[in-house]
Amino acid sequence: MKRTLAIFVFALLVMATGDLHAQPPSKDGFVPVDQLGTQEQLPATPLVAAAYGVAWGAVLVYVWTIWRRLARVEREIAEVSRRIAAGTRR
Amino acid sequence: MSKVFAPLLVVCGAMFFYAPFLIVGAPYEATMGLVQKIFYFHVPSAMTLFLSAFVAGIASAIFLFAGRPAADRVAAAAAEIAVVLGIIVLVSGPLWARKAWGVWWQWDARLTSTLVMWLVFQSYLLLRRYGGPGSERLAAAVAIFGAALVPFVYWSVNLWRTVHPNTNVVPTLAPSMRGPFWFCVAAFLCLYVLLLTLRTALESRRSELDALYLALED
Repeated sequence: MKRTLAIFVFALLVMATGDLHAQPPSKDGFVPVDQLGTQEQLPATPLVAAAYGVAWGAVLVYVWTIWRRLARVEREIAEVSRRIAAGTRR
Repeated sequence: MSKVFAPLLVVCGAMFFYAPFLIVGAPYEATMGLVQKIFYFHVPSAMTLFLSAFVAGIASAIFLFAGRPAADRVAAAAAEIAVVLGIIVLVSGPLWARKAWGVWWQWDARLTSTLVMWLVFQSYLLLRRYGGPGSERLAAAVAIFGAALVPFVYWSVNLWRTVHPNTNVVPTLAPSMRGPFWFCVAAFLCLYVLLLTLRTALESRRSELDALYLALED
């Protein structure tokens, strides 16, 4: 029994020591940066261009909507003023 | 509209024309490289968003407690501009994050609180549009809460663990980056004054139109 236990403990120690000294698998060679996957070499230029494009686009579209709304209100004011003037003349 | 509108428009146009030259001339950041250039529009638009939220909140408080209709018109204009600036911030941020963090979005404190603040101002606009008569008073209360969120959004990066850079970045900028950055901030502030003037003018004309319709009915 003692002999079996000793063999078991020795086997465990050998396994544990083996784990401690385990090395990561060696590399077959260095990988040049231009051979990395697509995620690693994501180009920054389209992202920067998109960010500035969105900023400019949002501002220009917003200004255009304000001018459109302002023009519509001015037309309506002119129309209502004309109707009021026509009503007072009667 | 005020007499300074046209000169301010020229100055603002010149600033936004010159800004790209300064941004291109600014040095690349050591770890992020080219994508960090988004910073020169992302942060100034976020700062202007905070300003617009404050303007909307303060004007709404004046409208609620002092009953001034002019303040309500300024609040409506500022809230709408806050939503537009929020779109710029919430789109340019993820474009930067995709390269810097490897993901479009992180549910961290700064990003989530900014999104919540943007939704609050969206709800302000929806309330005003679809809330029916008297909704402007309810919307004003919403704008006050939206403005109250600004300090939380600003300090969120210092209070909670987050992947977003903290508030030390701007005060510790290198001199070669500081110039272009503050120039862009000035350009955005100039743009903000123009947009606020234009949008408030629209609200004023709408009020005049409502008064004319009432006169027509009488």
